This record gives sequence, structure tokens and C-alpha cells, in this order.
Amino acid sequence: MRIPISWLREFVDVPAAATADDILAALVAVGFEEEDVHTFGVSGPVVVGQVLETTPEPQSNGKTINWCQVDVGEAEPRGIVCGAHNFAVGDKVVVSLPGAILPGPFPISARKTYGHVSDGMIASARELGLGEEHDGILRLATLGLDPKPGEDAAALLGLDDFAVEINVTPDRGYAFSIRGVAREYSNSTGAKFSDPISRVEPFEITTEFPVTIDDKAGIRGRTGVNAFSTLVVSGVDETRPTPSWMVGRLTLAGIRSISLIVDITNYVMWELGQPTHGYDLDKVVGGLTVRRAKAGETIVTLDDQTRVLSPEDLLITDDSGPIGLAGVMGGASTEITSTTTRVLVEAANFDPVSIARTARRHKLPSEASKRFERGVDPKIGFAAVSRVAQLLVGLAGGTVEPLGTRLDLSIPLPPIDLRDGFISKLIGVEYTDAEIVNSLEKIGASVEAGAGILIVTPPSWRPDLIDQATLAEEVARIIGYDRIPSELPVAPPGRGLTRTQRLRRSLSNALAAGGATEIISYPFESRAQIDVFGGAAGGETPAVKLANPLDAETPYLRTTLIPGMIEIARRNLSRGLTNLALFEVGVVFEPAAGAKYGSGPLPIGPAHPGVQKLGELDASIPPQPWHVATMYAGDSIEKQPGLAAAPSGLADALASVEQIGHALAVDIRVAKGSHHALHPGRTAELWVGDRSVGFAGELLPSLAEELDLPRVVAIAELDLDALIELARPEVSPQPIVTMPAATQDLSLVVRADVPAGDILATVIEGAGELLEHAVLVDDYRGQGVPDESKSLTFALRFRAPDRTLTAAEASDAKLAAVTLAAQRHGAMLRD
Amino acid sequence: MSEPTLITESAAAEVVAAALRAVAAASNSAELRVARAEFTGESSALARMNASLKAAPNDQKAALGKIVGQARGQVNTAIAAREAELVEAEETARLASEAVDVTAVATRWRPGARHPLTLLMEQMGDIFIGMGWEIAEGPELENEWFNFDAMNFDEDHPARAMQDTFFVDPVDSHLLLRTHTSPVQIRSLLDRPLPVYVVAPGRVYRTDELDATHTPVFHQIEGLAIDRGLTMANLRGTLEHLARAMFGTDAKIRLRPNYFPFTEPSAEMDVWQPNAKGGARWVEWGGCGMVNSNVLLAAGIDPNEYQGFAFGMGIERTLQFRNDMNDMRDMVEGDIRFSQQFGLVV
Repeated sequence: MRIPISWLREFVDVPAAATADDILAALVAVGFEEEDVHTFGVSGPVVVGQVLETTPEPQSNGKTINWCQVDVGEAEPRGIVCGAHNFAVGDKVVVSLPGAILPGPFPISARKTYGHVSDGMIASARELGLGEEHDGILRLATLGLDPKPGEDAAALLGLDDFAVEINVTPDRGYAFSIRGVAREYSNSTGAKFSDPISRVEPFEITTEFPVTIDDKAGIRGRTGVNAFSTLVVSGVDETRPTPSWMVGRLTLAGIRSISLIVDITNYVMWELGQPTHGYDLDKVVGGLTVRRAKAGETIVTLDDQTRVLSPEDLLITDDSGPIGLAGVMGGASTEITSTTTRVLVEAANFDPVSIARTARRHKLPSEASKRFERGVDPKIGFAAVSRVAQLLVGLAGGTVEPLGTRLDLSIPLPPIDLRDGFISKLIGVEYTDAEIVNSLEKIGASVEAGAGILIVTPPSWRPDLIDQATLAEEVARIIGYDRIPSELPVAPPGRGLTRTQRLRRSLSNALAAGGATEIISYPFESRAQIDVFGGAAGGETPAVKLANPLDAETPYLRTTLIPGMIEIARRNLSRGLTNLALFEVGVVFEPAAGAKYGSGPLPIGPAHPGVQKLGELDASIPPQPWHVATMYAGDSIEKQPGLAAAPSGLADALASVEQIGHALAVDIRVAKGSHHALHPGRTAELWVGDRSVGFAGELLPSLAEELDLPRVVAIAELDLDALIELARPEVSPQPIVTMPAATQDLSLVVRADVPAGDILATVIEGAGELLEHAVLVDDYRGQGVPDESKSLTFALRFRAPDRTLTAAEASDAKLAAVTLAAQRHGAMLRD
Repeated sequence: MSEPTLITESAAAEVVAAALRAVAAASNSAELRVARAEFTGESSALARMNASLKAAPNDQKAALGKIVGQARGQVNTAIAAREAELVEAEETARLASEAVDVTAVATRWRPGARHPLTLLMEQMGDIFIGMGWEIAEGPELENEWFNFDAMNFDEDHPARAMQDTFFVDPVDSHLLLRTHTSPVQIRSLLDRPLPVYVVAPGRVYRTDELDATHTPVFHQIEGLAIDRGLTMANLRGTLEHLARAMFGTDAKIRLRPNYFPFTEPSAEMDVWQPNAKGGARWVEWGGCGMVNSNVLLAAGIDPNEYQGFAFGMGIERTLQFRNDMNDMRDMVEGDIRFSQQFGLVV
């Protein structure tokens, strides 16, 4: 909402010296956030000039220019070249002298043109920022002005005015008006406020203009119309120009000047907050009826669009049919034109819900609908039509007929019982009774004392005041939030982070310490991305689809972290960052195949929905497990003096799996796996016990190429919720044995296709309790080992808890391992 | 059997002198070993002299034995001393040869990093943990009731349209991506015993295109305290404690009236950032207020018995002014150079 300051001053005493910042600070203090300051952008010498002499000079380009001598209040007249011809010798005009700046910004300087030095510029209304008029220069006589040459034209035309722009919250519809803002300025500063409504003299009606309200059903049980006022003004000359003072204020307010009558209705809306509409009465057939649209009914609105109406749309109709979409936009059939002489001025009060729905349905947010949606004072309709009529009389030569309507169906706002002490207990400030009553009266409420309560009746323009808390805000706001002290409350002792929260942090810290960089990717994906990475087997993965995605290509919510990670990897690669180690910890959205999500009608009203309904609401949401993913590309160790580069690959992804397992205290088993997006020979499925928890592997090279990635990109993704669920609850550490250890190596020859991990597991099982540690140290194929076989060497460390092991005992344990490996895998001891 | 070696003082002195020359001339351990073998080995002159003592007349044995003993002692002492010298020199040489350019030692480590947004959420969460509060969580894909209705957004209220919500297809499924962390408020009130003191950091979504100040996916931290007798002064106290913990003891909070459906009274909060680059300043930080009684009623709580406050702030915005950043895009693009400036702390 923009507030031109000259306008504000009409209704509240703003100190002459107040700057835009001062005014904004006063409004911020009562709850209106500052947005901006607007000026005309006119500065420097812009003065009144009188044309003394004009010499038309035809030019080779076919134009004729005027070489003028203009008196600008100086000793000598100035010579100025002017292309316009709508003026004569003796006319008073606006001259911007060299050094002036006009809106644009358009700096003026003396310049050589058409063979003369033009020592300034004679300005048009548009050049001054006073509307669109550019057919000729602005003659001050048309504004009824006859100032002296040399006078400050900027001040004369109000071009030194400025507007402050504030943000009005949705609960304060009344503040979408100079009236409302002036009252708040007064509330903030104590400056004297004069209500513009009380300054309007309502016109007399002797004949009722017929208006019928037909809306028994309403919307959500509320009728669409609360009040309806009309007044007829005849003899209007719509061709008259809008006076510059009005154009100036409207311009600062951010409203384009259109024509005199439209400008007047807009002006009154801005001033009072009441939208008004003018009909060409000669085009209205019969009286007006306000009713809901019939299914399939249409209207042509002022913007010449044909709109198909919904039975929820509220209409203004006459005997010919719809002539306006109530509260949103007028109809074309009764539009005011240059030939209009009789105007039916209308100001209605419509139900916020009805207007909000219609404006949204037809995508027609307007200044009028904005005000109705937030609530317009239902008591000011007739004052508004009278104000419009007053301006039509004064500016358009009209005459007010004693013909109109004054319908008020509004229900008074219910009084609120405000318990003594309620506000102080909510705010934490001991307000006196006088402070409370005084604050409430300032905002326009009437206050009566009751037994242990105050009975507070909100003013008609404050439908947002519905309970004690809303009154508390008013009192706290008017007295000032700065009065609220700072008191730290003491919470009951807490339990710290949950185990899940601690483990997630441990995980992220471990991966970062292990050399990976945490990313936060967007979860929006395409069908193709979901299907490539969603499931190991391929095919269509169930995914949640958005109704209104930002990008129509990516309407699905991720079921895996990998596609988002690939996007980020690509961005890094495109910026020349080729060695990547990334990780992300975040949720994925995993609807079950065939399951239907979503809920039926939502519970209505502020009450606990009941256990069953709550269960239904909870069950309406698809599972959203946390995942962790890592990705490696380029080199994991860069080439350095004395150290060769180590290209990253599956080893890095598996190392990250180990880091994850270590950070979460969970034993993750690596087994050969298969995933249609991963390299068939370099894919591991990850297990905890008998539960599959994820995959690690290298992307299929063809897929990597398709995605503009390097040939080797290793990834891992695990279900973090499952890992945390399966993690060892708490460690009962083995006592540390200090008896000497016996170490032995074991080489087994097995078929080449048997996974070493399986052999290791068998060795550990077979060697029994004396085996403390076992690790694969060599995988040899070649001379001395049969074809299609390999020799795996394990380093074993044995230890007994209570004695020094003999070599024989260690050898026996080793041989037990060999025996089991021979049984299970056909392994042979290699000498 | 060779002739017994004649033991004389001059012969011994001669051998000793030769040995000492050889020892002194040994320039490394290997040469010293050769000298040691030559002058102390089994076939050395001194060994032979020693052996011939057996054959010496008994009355001369003591005197001759002393000559040989002294000679051997001199030689062994010289060898030991030289050995010590050589070991030290050799160790010194080895250390010298092992020297590297410490500014260019190859590393097997690569720097990783946490994302500063998650770190900042953890830090802010920890400040509340320190006050006995707990960290609550809720789903990002929510039912509309938790996101709007239960938070006192009327179905036709303009505030609801202002939220720029991502809805799930079909829209009448009433599912959406949460537009704020506030649904965690109602979930906490429904799930936890009273009193409730929780903060809820997390991801939220709005249909804003990415630019310098907007991102469709961003983070908030929400706070909620419901107890007997909590006031707006307690709200200010809590926020002021948070501000001081984050921005130093001179930080403070300013409240300005505002509107949110789920609080009444409501306020916009500014924080005085005393250590801002370019000078101390007020910065818009978030929204807050006293929890609207309709929210309590939706959770089945009697607003005449319990009341409390809620607040919320954007994590991206907090990081932006806390760390003097202009462009939000760096936080969301995942360029590793951004996070690596922070490392493991924010």
C-alpha cells in the first residue's frame, strides 16, 4: 500500500519536517512493515514559464518546430525549441531548465538542436510524471492555474510530494486506505486524526434506486452482500481531464490515470478503502439484482474477456443479465465511455470468502478484490458514493440526483468479554486499566466495564478483532512492543538429542572427516531419473507427483538421492572441479506400489480431530525414510611429488560404506549385487543381517557417458533409517587381552569366481574363538595355481584370553578353518 | 704350531700404535670392522701375544700379562670411541638424507566438509538443547491439515494463498510439501506430554524460482513452548538468549507487530547484530508470537490452562547475514568450493 504524504496530511497532522523515514518508522511501530519510498523523480529548476514569442520553423524532415522565447522570471527570456503546437503566445507552461532532472531519469541540459541552442525544455504532462498525456505540452491554464513566471512549478503541481509504501498484513484490510493509515499514524504518534468519513456530507435520497439481494444460500452459510449503496449523478462530462493533483496522487499511489470517472472511483477507494464502481446508467436496464451465477452463464468483463461463470460467483445483474462480477471486475455492457452522462455510482460490501474465491477462480486479483478479501468497513458505502458524487460534481460538472440506494444488511460485530488481567498475563506486562481502555478506544472500539471484565465492541472496520488475544495484540501494539520485558523461561530438564539425531550427526561428521563434501540437493526429478535410479531391477518406480511443479520436466519427488547428486556433480564438473567426493543425508519419498495416499475431507474447525481421524491423516502420507548417499569421481588422491594419482572408483564407495557403518555402529556386509544402472561387474549389494540396506557400485559407463560424467563414477546409497534401526544398541566391549598373540598366514586355493568375502567369513567361522583378527592380504593367480583358480592369502592373528598360545594350538585352529573352507568351497591349502 | 710370539713392551706399543692409526683412519663402520678384526681378531698380533702367555715362564706371566692386557684395553677403548663417533655421524648423515620439503609433502587425505546450513541448524538446536528443550521432527511431505488447518489457516484466508504451496497431484488428496516447519508444532502438541519445549529445524518448500534471495527448497527452525503462564516476555527472553548465544552478549531483539494465523499477538523480530561486518545493525530475522488458542484447541489443549509462544526463522537468511553473504544461490548449488570454506564448523 502506497500512501502519498500530501493525502495523508489531509486527515492527520504529520509534522511539516517529517521525512519519509520518520513516517515509515511511526508506521513500523504499529505493525506496518516498510517497503519503499516513491517520488516523482523530478528535481532541479522546474519553473513556470510564459511564452512570449513563437516562430514556426519548417524542417527538412517535414516537421515544423517552434522557436520560442519564454519568460522564466529572469531578466532575459530564454530561447527554447519546442515540437508541440498546442499552445500560443501568453500561455503559462512548465519549463525544465538546464540542470533539472525529469522522471526517467531524464537530465535536462542546454543543447543545440534545429539550428538553435535550446536553453531548457517545455514539458508535457507525461514528461513530468503526471499521466500519459503526451499530445502536447502542459498548459497550466487547463488546470485552472495562473502562476507567475519563475515560480517553482514542481511545488505548484505537487511534484515534490512523495509516497511511503508499507506492507499491510492480511488481517488489516482497513489499512488499505488513507483513512486507515492516517488513524494508525495517529495511534503511533499521537498526532490528531480526522476521519475522512465524517467529512463527507451524505446526499439526500428521495427516490429509491431498486436493488434486490437474492443470495439465500451464500457460501459457507454467509450471504454474499452485507451492504449496498448507490447514487445517481447526471450531466457528467467524462471528456474532462483529470486534474493534475489527482493524477499526481494516483501516480504516487501506483495507479495509472485512465479517465476522469475511473480516476475518481479509484481515488475514493484509496482514500476510504471502499471500492466503488460507476455504471453508465443509460445502459442499465431496470434495477439491479445481486445474485449467484447460474451454471454456464457468461459475462464479458471490462477487459473484454468472456468469462464462464461458476454458481459460486456473485453477480451484479440488471434486466439484461450480468453486468458485473461482484467485487472483482465490472462488465463491458454498462462501461462508462466518453459519451456517458448519467452515472450510477455503486459501493457495496461483499463477503470476503465469496470475493476471494471468485478472484482466484478467474485469476483476477484487483485492488477491489484485495480489499474485499481482507474485509471492508460495511458502514461506509453511502459515504463513499457521496464522496464520488461530490467529486463528480466538482470535477466533471455533474449534478447529484436524489435517486439512490442505502441498504445495510450487515450484522454488528459481536462484543468481546475481556477478562481483567488477561492481557497482562498473556503479554507479561502489567498494563493499567486506563492504558487498556485508552488503547482500545484509540483503535475505534467502544469499551464498557462489566463484572470482572471489560465489554469491548470492535469498530465496524475491524472484523479481525474476535477474541481476547486479538485485543491483547492491539493493546500491546498501541502501547508499544518495546514495553515487553525479556524473561527467559525455565524449561523442564531435557533428554538431549535422540539416539537417531546423534547417529545422523555422527554419520555426517564421519563422512566429512573422511573427505566427502556434504550437499543439499533439490528433490525434484523426472520420470526417467526416478526409473533409472529408483529400483535395482528397473521398470516404473512408484513416486509422488506434484500438481504444480516449478519445472514440468521434473514433477516427481525423489525416491533416491542419486539423481540430485548427479546434477550437483555435473555442475561441479562444468566448473572445472573434477575430483569429487560428495555425500548427502536427506529424506526420500517412497510411496508403496499400488498404495493410495491422501485423505478425504479435512477436519473442520479448531478442535482435536479425534484419534481415528488423526490416524487417517497420518496414514495419508507416504513413507519418507532418510537415506545417505555418497559419490566419487576423478581422483581420490591427486598426483603429487612421489605419489601417483589414485583414481576413485568402487573402492571409495565401499570405503564410504565402511565409514557409514563405523559412524553408526552397524555391521554392513558387502556382497556381489546387481543393479540395472550400475556396472554389472562392479556392483555390491549391502546387507545388515538378512536385510538389504542399499547398493554401492560404479555407474554403467554408457549411462555415465549419457549424463556427461566421467567413465568411472562410484556411488553408494543406503537406507539410513534401516541402518539406525539395525545398529548395535550399545557396545559391551570385550575386555582387552594382554596375552601374547600368535600370527600365521594362510593361503587357500579356490575357484576364481568364489567371492573372497565368502572365504574370509568361512575362515573366521572355522578358526573359532582363538582367532582374534583376520584380513585378506593377497589374491594370486598364475604359475603354481591351477587355471580358473586363485590363491587367497589371509593374515591371521590368534590369541587366548588366559595363556600364551603354543604354535601347535594356533596351527590347529588354522587347520580347522581350512577344513571348513574345503567343505564349503572346495578350498585347498596351498603350501 | 707356530713359534710363541715374543711379548715385549716395545712390540705391544708398536701394535697399539698401528691399531690406533688404523682405527683413526676408519671412516665408516665397515672400515672399522676391518680394523677391529685385524687388531682384535683371533689372528691378530695381540691375540697371538695373549695366546703365548700360556707358554711364558711363570715368574714373568704377571708382567707380560699386564703388557698384553693394557695393549688390548687401549685398542678396544679406541675402537669403541671411534664406533660411537661413526654411528653418530652416520645417523646424522642419514637424517640429513631423509630431509624433505615439509611444504610439499604428498598427502593421502582430502578435505571434506559439512554443509554450513546443516551445521547452523545443529548449532541453533544445541543452544536450545542447552536450555533443556528437545528437537522435534516431522515429515516434509505433509497432509494439508497439519500445514494449514491445524495452524489456524482458514480455507479461504488470503494467507493460505500467499504461501505458494507445492501441492501433490491430485490436489484433493490434501497432500503438500510443507511450506513451513510449523506443522511440527501441532505434531509436537499432539504427540508429547505437556509442558512442551521444542525446536524443529528442517527443510521447507515454496514455489519460488531460484534467485539471489529465493530458493524453492530452504530451511527453517521453529520453536514452540507451551506451559502454564508463559508470556510474550518469555518469548522475548528466549529469543534474546538465542541471539546472544549466536551473536555475542551485546545482541538484542526488537519486536514489531505483525500477523500470522497461528499466533496472536504476532510479531516480526529483528536482531541487533553487534559484530556485523560494516558495523552493528538491526536485521530482520523471523516471525513469532503467542500461540493462537485455535492451534491449542486443534491439539485438544485447554487454552485457559496452557499458553505459550512460537517462533521461526530461515536458516539460509540467518547464514546470509551472520556470514555476510549476498547471494543465496551459493548455498543451494552444491559447488564444493562453497562448503569447503567452512570445513567442519560454521
